[in-house]
Amino acid sequence: MELRIVNVRKEFDRFAALHDVSLDIRSGELIALLGPSGSGKTTLLRLIAGLDFPTEGTIYFGDEDASRKTVQDRNVGFVFQHYALFRHMTVADNIGFGLKVRPDATRPPRDAIRKRASELLDLVQLSGLEKRYPNQLSGGQRQRVALARALAIEPHVLLLDEPFGALDAQVRRELRRWLREIHDATGHTTVFVTHDQEEALELADRVVVMSQGRIEQVGTADEVYDTPNSPFVYGFIGDSSSLPVRVDNGQLWLHDRSIGLAAPDLPNGEGMFYFRPHDIELLDGCGGCIAGTVVASRRVAGTRRVELEIGGERQSVEIELPVDHPAVTKSRIAFRPKQWKVFPAVQPQGQIAARPGEAVAAAG
Amino acid sequence: MSDTAFPQAAPRSALRQQSPISEAPYVKWTLIALTVGLLGLFLLVPLLVVFVEAFRLGFGEYLATFRNPDALSSIRLTLLVAALAVPCNLVFGVAAAWAIAKYRFPGRAFLISLIDLPFSVSPVVAGLIYVLILGANSTAGGFLLENFNLRIIFAVPGIVLATIFVTFPFVARELIPLMEEQGTGDEEAALSLGASGWQTFWYVTLPNVKWALLYGVLLCNARAMGEFGAVAVLSGKLRGETVTMPLQVELFYNEYLSVAAFSLASLLAGLALVTLVIKTWLERHFADQLASGGVGH
Repeated sequence: MELRIVNVRKEFDRFAALHDVSLDIRSGELIALLGPSGSGKTTLLRLIAGLDFPTEGTIYFGDEDASRKTVQDRNVGFVFQHYALFRHMTVADNIGFGLKVRPDATRPPRDAIRKRASELLDLVQLSGLEKRYPNQLSGGQRQRVALARALAIEPHVLLLDEPFGALDAQVRRELRRWLREIHDATGHTTVFVTHDQEEALELADRVVVMSQGRIEQVGTADEVYDTPNSPFVYGFIGDSSSLPVRVDNGQLWLHDRSIGLAAPDLPNGEGMFYFRPHDIELLDGCGGCIAGTVVASRRVAGTRRVELEIGGERQSVEIELPVDHPAVTKSRIAFRPKQWKVFPAVQPQGQIAARPGEAVAAAG
Repeated sequence: MSDTAFPQAAPRSALRQQSPISEAPYVKWTLIALTVGLLGLFLLVPLLVVFVEAFRLGFGEYLATFRNPDALSSIRLTLLVAALAVPCNLVFGVAAAWAIAKYRFPGRAFLISLIDLPFSVSPVVAGLIYVLILGANSTAGGFLLENFNLRIIFAVPGIVLATIFVTFPFVARELIPLMEEQGTGDEEAALSLGASGWQTFWYVTLPNVKWALLYGVLLCNARAMGEFGAVAVLSGKLRGETVTMPLQVELFYNEYLSVAAFSLASLLAGLALVTLVIKTWLERHFADQLASGGVGH
């Protein structure tokens, strides 16, 4: 089912958790809401579910205004970070719960419910565990049961709130692939919340990057990674380094030296220069480059991360080099980023640094 | 100075093999002896005395007490009062705990303190307040007596009221910390699966707290049957009508019928022991499903 969120605003005790958020979700799409804690991503998910109601704005399920419908009437499958399995019920009873509580007219017979539970257990690859209790399962198994329970009611949309947040890294990666498979097999419109960008980029068709109650950017993994549209997205998605620069007649200047890069479309003035540490070329001489003194170098997995101090104002950036690169032993390195972006310094740094007192009440 | 202190300190610390928080053995054993001694003197010996005195003239005399009409009616009344007060507090307690644990509203903290009030108010004072409010000379009490011929004070309704007041906190106090700890996740899950409010309560909330609820009811019941102060004020001690077991024990004792007094008392003591056994069993098997906070009892 298609979802449309139109100009939604949500306040908790006059604290605005969401400001004027609009988002279209296509039918059958797998969407990730990605952002740091306090960005409003969980609030948005709960508004879609009907576990909270918007202060202003409308949420459409298809063409129908669902804003004032209760969670029971919206027919959504919700998966919680901490599973929220019913601890006194067996796995089969948990999965069948949504069918058992239906009114007499639409409730399937007992056998049909049991059969459906078994089918769903097969789907989530836990066949034969019908009689177990939640506390006899591992974290990953519990989350699979929670998903089966949410799927049992054949929901219009599937909503997952940090579904893998409580699991360890190994299980997370495994479940991520598996969730994608389930999504492709069942075709439910799926929205999941995560603060893990790797998870969002790998799993989702489109990623919604959120910060401080606003949507910063919506796009595919490639779009948000390669063409971030704000300093926040550049800083939040992937590794990045930044330097304050000056634009002068389409040329970029770092203090009194030219970087050797042209930005013909930008107006003159101050700006913030962003690049990816791994996406650089090293230079020998320096007639238009960024040069810095090596202050530290760390081994990170297959690469070496070198911290450089640039210029007199003690700005430091990180670049990534192959482990055995000869430049690693040098005390001074010159380089030029291959991919980069300058954001004019219109808005102060406030976009990245959380304003004090704003990250309090938002559901995390 | 430190040069001389170090070599002295080293061998002493090497001797210390226990954990850093433990004291010397004599401290430990003194504390244990003191605790056991005091418990024995003030709890165990009196309990034994109850049974020794009850059986002093033999088993026959002991049983004779339970053919005494006053004793029988006091037992019946106590059971009746508990049967009315405990279910009331079960419902009140669940409702109060639900409201406090699952919702945020102004005055919530005040409500929590208010629930504890019966623990801090002397039962006698509570009894006197009811006499003032509902006694035959008061407006409300007079109205009920004239129009419905309903007597509250110095009658069974007053005893039930007093018992409800005194035992109110037990169920609520047991449930609140547990419900707060469990949060609202399970309820939200049930609602999102289409369950109605009642279905959520019956299938999810109640089973989640069932052992804590039983624990609370158990303590509530023990207190309801044993309450003396508030009931004494409100009962008027009409023999065979408004005398509960604890009051009857006192009446027997004041009439120098010490075997009868202790025989009846042994029943209350037995109730306490049974309560203790069930309570320990619950704590051992369902510790994780009981409130970790503990109750003021």
